[in-house]
Amino acid sequence: MLEVNHVTKSFGGVSAVAECSLNVAQGSITALIGPNGAGKTTLFNIITGHYKPDNGQILFQGRRIDGLRPDQVFKQKIYRTFQITREFAQMTVLENLMLIPPRQVGENIWNTWFRVKTVKEQEARLQEKALEVLGFVELLELKDEYAGSLSGGQKKLLELARSMMADPQLVLLDEPGAGVNPTLMRKLTANIRKLCQERQITFFLIEHDMDLVMELCNPVIVMSEGKKLMEGTPGEVRQDERVLEAYLGGQHR
Amino acid sequence: MELGGIFAYLVSLAIMAGIYAVFCLGLNIQWGYTGLFNIGIAGFFCIGAYASAMITTPKPTGIYAHYVQQIFGLNLPFIFGLCGAALICGIIALLIGIPTLRLGEDYLAIATLGIAETFRLIFNNEHWLANGPRGLMGLPQPFQGLVDPRHYNYIYLVIILMVMLLIYLLIERVIRSPWGRVLRAIREDEVSAAMSGKNIFYFKMQSLVFGAMVMGVGGALYAHYTKAISPDVFTPLYGTFIIWVMLMAGGSGNNKGAILGAYMIWGIWIGTKFITDLLPYTLKARAPYIRFLLIGILLEIILIYRPQGILGEEKKVSKMID
Repeated sequence: MLEVNHVTKSFGGVSAVAECSLNVAQGSITALIGPNGAGKTTLFNIITGHYKPDNGQILFQGRRIDGLRPDQVFKQKIYRTFQITREFAQMTVLENLMLIPPRQVGENIWNTWFRVKTVKEQEARLQEKALEVLGFVELLELKDEYAGSLSGGQKKLLELARSMMADPQLVLLDEPGAGVNPTLMRKLTANIRKLCQERQITFFLIEHDMDLVMELCNPVIVMSEGKKLMEGTPGEVRQDERVLEAYLGGQHR
Repeated sequence: MELGGIFAYLVSLAIMAGIYAVFCLGLNIQWGYTGLFNIGIAGFFCIGAYASAMITTPKPTGIYAHYVQQIFGLNLPFIFGLCGAALICGIIALLIGIPTLRLGEDYLAIATLGIAETFRLIFNNEHWLANGPRGLMGLPQPFQGLVDPRHYNYIYLVIILMVMLLIYLLIERVIRSPWGRVLRAIREDEVSAAMSGKNIFYFKMQSLVFGAMVMGVGGALYAHYTKAISPDVFTPLYGTFIIWVMLMAGGSGNNKGAILGAYMIWGIWIGTKFITDLLPYTLKARAPYIRFLLIGILLEIILIYRPQGILGEEKKVSKMID
């Protein structure tokens, strides 16, 4: 579904991603793990159009998406969340969600003046959908609160909820479990699994919490020093010596 | 002062505050909702005023052409002046936006500040354009013949209030909708808004141009109120700074607050004139500076004790949902 071919990106003299190639299969929950500085988030930023790669190609369902702007990547039905959540703090939870759907009639100035009825009808539909999604992630009672006032864990759920509003085919999650308490974490993993099974959404996620990775993801891709080190089932990855070495700083030996 | 005089004074105060309210509404689109840091309002003020002046006056001919130079004069009615001012300001905002909106917000600030001063200096130095420092005079006023000129201000106040109300309603409708929601999202987090599929540049451009068009109307309203304009009017203090104070005081991100702030601050600004008139004669020469100081202190008090302004912004953006 997603193919990353020989992608390279350097900042100054530091090459963050070097000749990285990997694939994400449709319908999978693929994990991307690796030591700090391996280039995982940079790769996400390249895939979603935040950075342009220096070299290489990225294909999504056979179409090239490298070099597109973030909003154009979104239109390919790819959604991403951030390591540190980036909610719209001074907007209500409900409006954080209602913002997301593409092609809103009311995003055009003329329509807000001259096609009020159409805009209102669409808003009513979007609200209905947003409330349903909020119900799904159990944030319904917070719908009129400012997103900035949510707890860290609730913000993670909000990110997931926003991704559902986008009707994506692929969701990139950057550390969905970071800073989330165990109870909320179980809820989060259950939701991700449910979305994958029921709505056929493919997940590609960066995570440091190995319990979450082992429980939720298959396959697991390990990145180190800007490239793919190996790929395998959680069991295989756990037993691989190269992975252990990469994590324990073996690359500097 | 007799009662009639006080009333006439209040009317003129309400007219000026109404004109400033229009600028505040324009700035509120750009800053209050989108976070565009435009500190060159005076530039759009200036362009709007000159554009309307030249659209509504004839090009001088015969002996007058020796004394008054202006690049064009269309001699059209007032309403064309308002629309033309909006259109020209919109085009100029578009041209400013193309290079600056892709950059960080400070670049827009520097560009608008610089361009505002540039416009003022161009109008001052290029005599062929709009008569240089002497400016343009004798601008027409709508429905001028209906009443005694001494009472004309009442008519103009009604016109101002109607234009202000129309602009308020247009803006309120477009802002309290999915369009305004995208703007607020951009203000809150540009990167996240882009990742949510919104074309940041396109929306920022709309906001900048729309706001500038409203400011153009403000400039035109001013020009036809004073009937005479010259470049020295469009200084950063009266053209930009005071409008920022008004919006901050009333409540950035709230259209009612923009209007409230304009009336309140203009009232205080005029009020300080009476206060400084009471100063001992030795300090009188410094009165204007004392007034600036008072306004500056007022702004700081607002920012410290009520940073959201008197009204603050509404929690929910879109009113298109019940």
